[in-house]
Amino acid sequence: MQIGLIHYLAVAAILFSLGMFCVITRKNAIGILMGVELILNGANVNFVAFNHYLGGVLSGQIFAAFVIVLAAAEAAVGLAIILGIYQNMRTIDASEADTLRD
Amino acid sequence: MNLLHDIAQLIVASAGHAAEGVEAAASHGGGHEGPVQMLPQLRSLLWLIPALPAFGFVINALFGVRIQRSLGKKVNSGLAIGAMLGAWLIAVYCAVDMIGQPVEHRLLSQTLWNLLDTGNGFKLDLAFALDPLSMMMVLIITTIGTLIHVYSVGYMADDPSYWRFFAYLNLFVFAMLLLVMGDNFGVMFFGWEGVGLASYLLISFWYTDVEKAKAGMKAFVVNRVGDFGFIVGLFILFWALSGTWGQVPGAHPTIVFHELRDQFVFGGVGEAMAGLRIWGMPLLMAVCLGFFVGATGKSAQLPLYVWLPDAMAGPTPVSALIHAATMVTAGVYMIGRLNFLFALSPEAMTVVAVVAAATALFAATIGFVQNDIKKVLAYSTVSQLGFMFIGVGVGAYWTGIYHLLTHAFFKATLFLGSGAVIYGCHHEQDMRKMGGLKKILPITEKTYLYACICITAAPVFFLGNGFFSKDEILWNAFRAGGNLLIPGWIIWATGWIAAAGTAFYMWRSYYMTFTGEYRGDTGHGGHGHGHDDHAAPANGAVTHSVGAAHAATFAQDVQASAKAALDLHDAHGHDAHGHGKADDAADAHAHHGGPPMDAPKSMTYVLAALSVGSFATIALGFWAPLGHLLHIEALTEPVLERWLAPVLPGAMTTAARQATPGSAWEWTLIAASVVVALGGWFIARTFYKDAKSTVPATLLAKFPGLHKVVYNKYYVDEIYQATVIRFCLAMADAYSWFDKTVIDGIVHLVAWIGRTLASIDGAIDKYVVDGAVNLVGNGIIAQGRAMRRLQTGRIETYLYGLLVGLLAFIGWSWLAGGL
Amino acid sequence: MKRFDFASWRALGALAALAALLIPGLALAEEGWETNSAGMAGAVAFWALAGLSVVSAAGVAFSRNILYSSFSLLGTFLGVAGLYVFLSADFLAVAQVLIYVGGVLVLILFAVMLTSRIGDVRISNEAVGVFPATLATVVTTGLMLFIAWMTPWRTGAQPLSHQPTAAALGELFLTRYLLPFEIASVVLLATLVGAVVVARKEIKPE
Repeated sequence: MQIGLIHYLAVAAILFSLGMFCVITRKNAIGILMGVELILNGANVNFVAFNHYLGGVLSGQIFAAFVIVLAAAEAAVGLAIILGIYQNMRTIDASEADTLRD
Repeated sequence: MNLLHDIAQLIVASAGHAAEGVEAAASHGGGHEGPVQMLPQLRSLLWLIPALPAFGFVINALFGVRIQRSLGKKVNSGLAIGAMLGAWLIAVYCAVDMIGQPVEHRLLSQTLWNLLDTGNGFKLDLAFALDPLSMMMVLIITTIGTLIHVYSVGYMADDPSYWRFFAYLNLFVFAMLLLVMGDNFGVMFFGWEGVGLASYLLISFWYTDVEKAKAGMKAFVVNRVGDFGFIVGLFILFWALSGTWGQVPGAHPTIVFHELRDQFVFGGVGEAMAGLRIWGMPLLMAVCLGFFVGATGKSAQLPLYVWLPDAMAGPTPVSALIHAATMVTAGVYMIGRLNFLFALSPEAMTVVAVVAAATALFAATIGFVQNDIKKVLAYSTVSQLGFMFIGVGVGAYWTGIYHLLTHAFFKATLFLGSGAVIYGCHHEQDMRKMGGLKKILPITEKTYLYACICITAAPVFFLGNGFFSKDEILWNAFRAGGNLLIPGWIIWATGWIAAAGTAFYMWRSYYMTFTGEYRGDTGHGGHGHGHDDHAAPANGAVTHSVGAAHAATFAQDVQASAKAALDLHDAHGHDAHGHGKADDAADAHAHHGGPPMDAPKSMTYVLAALSVGSFATIALGFWAPLGHLLHIEALTEPVLERWLAPVLPGAMTTAARQATPGSAWEWTLIAASVVVALGGWFIARTFYKDAKSTVPATLLAKFPGLHKVVYNKYYVDEIYQATVIRFCLAMADAYSWFDKTVIDGIVHLVAWIGRTLASIDGAIDKYVVDGAVNLVGNGIIAQGRAMRRLQTGRIETYLYGLLVGLLAFIGWSWLAGGL
Repeated sequence: MKRFDFASWRALGALAALAALLIPGLALAEEGWETNSAGMAGAVAFWALAGLSVVSAAGVAFSRNILYSSFSLLGTFLGVAGLYVFLSADFLAVAQVLIYVGGVLVLILFAVMLTSRIGDVRISNEAVGVFPATLATVVTTGLMLFIAWMTPWRTGAQPLSHQPTAAALGELFLTRYLLPFEIASVVLLATLVGAVVVARKEIKPE
């Protein structure tokens, strides 16, 4: 079977869904962050695949590059926040860090 | 001696160039010398002249205390003197520059930045300009200012507030330079107020003494009265100009002096304004009288002179710099600067001349009987300022300015000489306790003697610069005919008598101070130490009784001794600062009492330099009659007159001069002046030399009433107290009563109404508005409580929400036929 | 301890499977690159890489040990990088490896090590609400696959040829996408500062 766009979209969709599952079910903040990375990777695969199959300039790859940059930034800040929360609360359970809610 | 060299150079060069300039003007101006339209030459150095003293002021004001404590007083005065020296050097540089220019280019200017722009062409810039007049003023201010700074090093050496003194001095010089260098009314007015402030600060320099603080306050308040006149004149002028500018072709709104001058003299604005009237008098008269009121305040003329004698409470260098040489001449300078206005108003000129002559005579008579050496000099200053105003009042502006110049030198010498005497006599100011100081203060004596020759023109008249300036003033007053509404000889006669008075009181002060035997206390007598008790305030009561007894010993007159005691007290207030902490009486004794001593070199050298300067200034005004007599063309017009001619378009015209009596009259008047001066000198010498004559005491016994009146300065202060001040206080009481009953009543009524309304309003607010607000607030709170359930803070909840939304969106698209 | 054994063995098995997929996948990808992903080798390589990505992602999502989750993430990143190679995005593939594997993943591991108390490592990644989450995941996946299938993609255009893209990307970054590029650099700077400020220990005043 010829590998086409649809295959890549399927892989991306699965990555995305697994990432979402991860985000929904994890209590650990780092787990949630990993889920987010999965989601971003799924989206990136979509970008690059569309760019490859639908032609044009390299805009899709550019966007993917930006996503990678932002993912790195998000990971850095997110992990810094998690460390901060851990220092203050001795836990990284996302459902317990709800001081603002009360 | 650099100074001398420069002055000589200035004289020579200006004579040469002025002659060229006059010729140039004559060749295209149509036959006679006269004002020329000046073209401003841009110079970028000018701002430094006022900026350097300002810089010195800022440094000493901000860091002076610390500098004095950690680095020593020398650094304080060094900074101040350095700033002055720098300003002086730049001024000399500018003077040389200006002398090198042709006449119509002798206007150096620099605009720093714009202060105000009304948008319709009227601009107020921070701009400086030097024309021959302001150049001369700047040279006087920086030269004498620098010398007096140097002098102050010795005079103020013991003062704990040394840094403050030098900061103030620099501030004064800065303001004075702004005044004379300002290129427009705005900058000039800033300087005008600035010198008032500096004067106030320096008069009440020893502010812990209530009398001195009061003297400063008096100077300030009296000056405010004058400044009010100045502002009124200024506003009337602007008001009239704003109406005129539109009507005269080519005239644009401006308050720059030289542009205004050109508009008035060449542009037709003068003619347009000459016909205007306000309040039933010619408008220009109102303007000029307003300015003249300002001048009487600043320059101590009748009736606003009263502050100047009291201003002697300040340190002596201040008296010399501010209250003799520079600030008090600001009025003369201002009228000289605005000569194009005054020339258009004979009424105002007459008022100026009459007031000036009256002041000259009035102040001279008070000077006859004063015993405080500084008071004598103060009244002498008032009188000499009167002479200057005669000069500008009769239209011979350059003579007034020349007298300003000569007076600056010899009066500074006299004041600083008196300062040296006071220093040598341990802060004694009463001339009755001096005498015989010739031997102890030799240099001071010689310079004082020369300054007396200068101011009185006797006995060797041709050696003193004052003779030449005063003679020119009186001669021009005599022939002023056309410029005034009254015959010129009346002014001349008044000035002539005043000149006789000058000779008498100045030589009286000289003989009382320097000849005969020392009459003061030599430190071993038992009675002279009332002032030592300043060191021990517990003995305050004793102070007064002892002081009174002490004064009575020397009271030659029937004057109440309490007054003398008060003077004595004043004279020593200063020392209370220096020695207030001295516990042991012996220390205080050594400083206050003791035989008189010579002043330090820094003081006497300054005196010598000033005397040399006095002598040098003769050359600037050397003597037209001699030129006429010897038929030397170059001499018929003095250097200074030629130098100032371009900026004084309002001066008496050549035509007016030629219509006046000839040189036979001039020689007669000169002879009369010399005779009267010699007479005054001779009488003073007979009465007071070596304190041998009994005539003064006899006269005193014969006319005690007259003496009392004159000694108390015609009771002018008391009259002011009884009239103006009492009136003001009564008005204040009346207003206070009005305020308390009527205004307060109205206010209370309004307040009551307000309170009633407020309580009604409050009720409405409380029950209606608050009810509504609370209802809304509670509703929102309840709603928020309900909505809060949605905001779980759990990411999964939000993701489910997202998913549901996405599904709904896709479903809707599906149904709508998309995809 | 029993649970530990079970979980750890399971995870180790998963990792071994991942390795088994990755190695032939990458090897075949090399060949597929040459043949423009047309031939059999290309197809096999794709399936291997896609399988690696998806299986590793499942490992991330379902592992009960946060440490194993982290390591599974490595497989996903590598697999996606391989896919990029197929999609003629050589620069992105390298960037993916450098940034995600070299940067993000290391950060995550650090965070895991720093935050989990040693004793809790094994049960650090418990899941909650699995049932609705599964339902949502299935629905989402189905929906997306459905859309991908139904949409008439405009695939008539010739796919991109396999050429180095770094130069073209660089030019685009500095011309057409200059503003986002600069903003991204500002964002990175802000991130740097922000991360330091947030994560540092409070300095107690003396």
